Amino acid sequence: MSSKKQASSQLRVGDNPLVKWLLVGLTLFLTAILLVVPLIAIFQQAFVEGAAHYFNSLLEADTLHAIGLTLLVAALTVPVNLVFGVMLAWSVTRFEFPGRKLLMTLMDIPFAVSPVVAGLLYLLLYGNNGWIGAWLYEQDIQLMFAWPGIVMVTVFVTCPFVARELIPLMQQQGREDEEAAVILGASGWQLFRRVTLPNIKWALIYGVILTNARAVGEFGAVSVVSGNIRGETNTLPLHVQLQYEDYQAAAAFASASLLAFIALLTLLFKAFIEWRQERQEATL
Amino acid sequence: MATHLSAAPIRPRHKRVLPGLSLSLGTSLLFISLILLLPMTGLIMQSVDMGWARYWEVISDERVVASYKVTLWAALIASVFNGFFGLLLAWVLVRYDFWGRRILDALVDLPFALPTAVAGITLATLYAQNGWYGDILSSLGLKIAYTPWGIVLAMAFTSIPFVVRTVQPVLEELSPEEEEAGMTLGASDWSVFRRVIFPALWPALMTGIALSFTRSLGEFGAVIFIAGNMPYVSEITSLMIFVSLQEFDFPAASAIASVVLMASLILLFAINIWQARYLRRLHGRN
Repeated sequence: MSSKKQASSQLRVGDNPLVKWLLVGLTLFLTAILLVVPLIAIFQQAFVEGAAHYFNSLLEADTLHAIGLTLLVAALTVPVNLVFGVMLAWSVTRFEFPGRKLLMTLMDIPFAVSPVVAGLLYLLLYGNNGWIGAWLYEQDIQLMFAWPGIVMVTVFVTCPFVARELIPLMQQQGREDEEAAVILGASGWQLFRRVTLPNIKWALIYGVILTNARAVGEFGAVSVVSGNIRGETNTLPLHVQLQYEDYQAAAAFASASLLAFIALLTLLFKAFIEWRQERQEATL
Repeated sequence: MATHLSAAPIRPRHKRVLPGLSLSLGTSLLFISLILLLPMTGLIMQSVDMGWARYWEVISDERVVASYKVTLWAALIASVFNGFFGLLLAWVLVRYDFWGRRILDALVDLPFALPTAVAGITLATLYAQNGWYGDILSSLGLKIAYTPWGIVLAMAFTSIPFVVRTVQPVLEELSPEEEEAGMTLGASDWSVFRRVIFPALWPALMTGIALSFTRSLGEFGAVIFIAGNMPYVSEITSLMIFVSLQEFDFPAASAIASVVLMASLILLFAINIWQARYLRRLHGRN
């Protein structure tokens, strides 16, 4: 976000140094209490019993399995939602059709719905009593309380993120570049790869990273459909809960520190993109 | 995050030259139908199956009603708090230059990036009686962890970014003329803020608060660790669904979930309609 330097020497609201430092100070104080200290506490608690304990608890078989399952879920979820996000963003920003607004509202459902409800929806449909689940059961296919169910609810919960990052940007950029390319004879794929993709590259990457962060960290929905079988259907966030409720706080925070690290990388990347954008705007 | 603040500029209708309408729209519709809408059929069938009397009995159960109240109150307090804190953060980030502004800006998104379970155990540890904050608070005679205030805290934490990210862009685009006119005419900072700036900000502020409220209603991971989950006192509605599921009472879980789902869908549609209206007004005026 760019802070606009004022060209004029006119006074604006809150320019008084006393007001400024009071507000900045209050903000920093509250942010420190609400955000910074909790972030530090995660790592402090993870190392509270020493570094050896930290690494040993991460190398436990169940923890390693949880890490592997979590990576698998993310690796399957992200590509699906990447394709969906691009398709949806292309259709709603490049064309006008009846129901366009409704489509954008429907896309937001996962933001509004409680993750527990999301998990339940899938359990009712694909569980053994559901109308699809009963048929799957006859075919001997088990989706719920197994990794496919975890992937399915994770896709549900994280599907809006890529589209959410792309839509405002693509609306702002307009369609002129792409229309020119078509008139010059570009094919659909050439158009996307040479014109659209370079324009939306960074937003797309950020959308993917955000999707990944949420896919790795989903708790409520996954906990409904996973069945919490230790060493089998436990993702990393579920494993954190298990260890925490088992009074292995240091081990729980060790697992949590991996998730917090991914979150930090996500924030760092976003800061990098914004810094890049500001520089670009400054050189124009 | 969930905002449509950058609306499309109004453009004249012209002939469609771009390819891919049927492919992209087809894929999107298929995806939305399969992933988002189809799963709702299971819930509807389950709720219809159980009959009205039983349905009503479940959703009006005393313990469940207590959970609605706790959830609504906690979400309301958390989102109003975020209204103030978010406005303050947005103002400071847009208006002032100071060391660490960029770090602060990045940190605002932490609650979105951090898994809710991690937030939950961290807050519970900090505010527990022997934790860093719990220690200080208990010497003051206050208790947050394992009380309804713990729920408020967890909800507030997970929804901090909403107000900041809806107000920030509006504040950035605010033109300085009216404000400077007010200041030149000798009005005080506070009265210019109240009469010129706040009227321009409040639709975005309300949107942010509403989004924060919606998110808080559904929050689960962060809340359950710190709430204490005492029946009638600190159980949230999502937990009631979860408890019914653990008892393999699918009809009860579905009935409660249908109430939550309807509430969130109504909120979602209301927010989107409201946003579309105020965006039109905003762009009509400019």
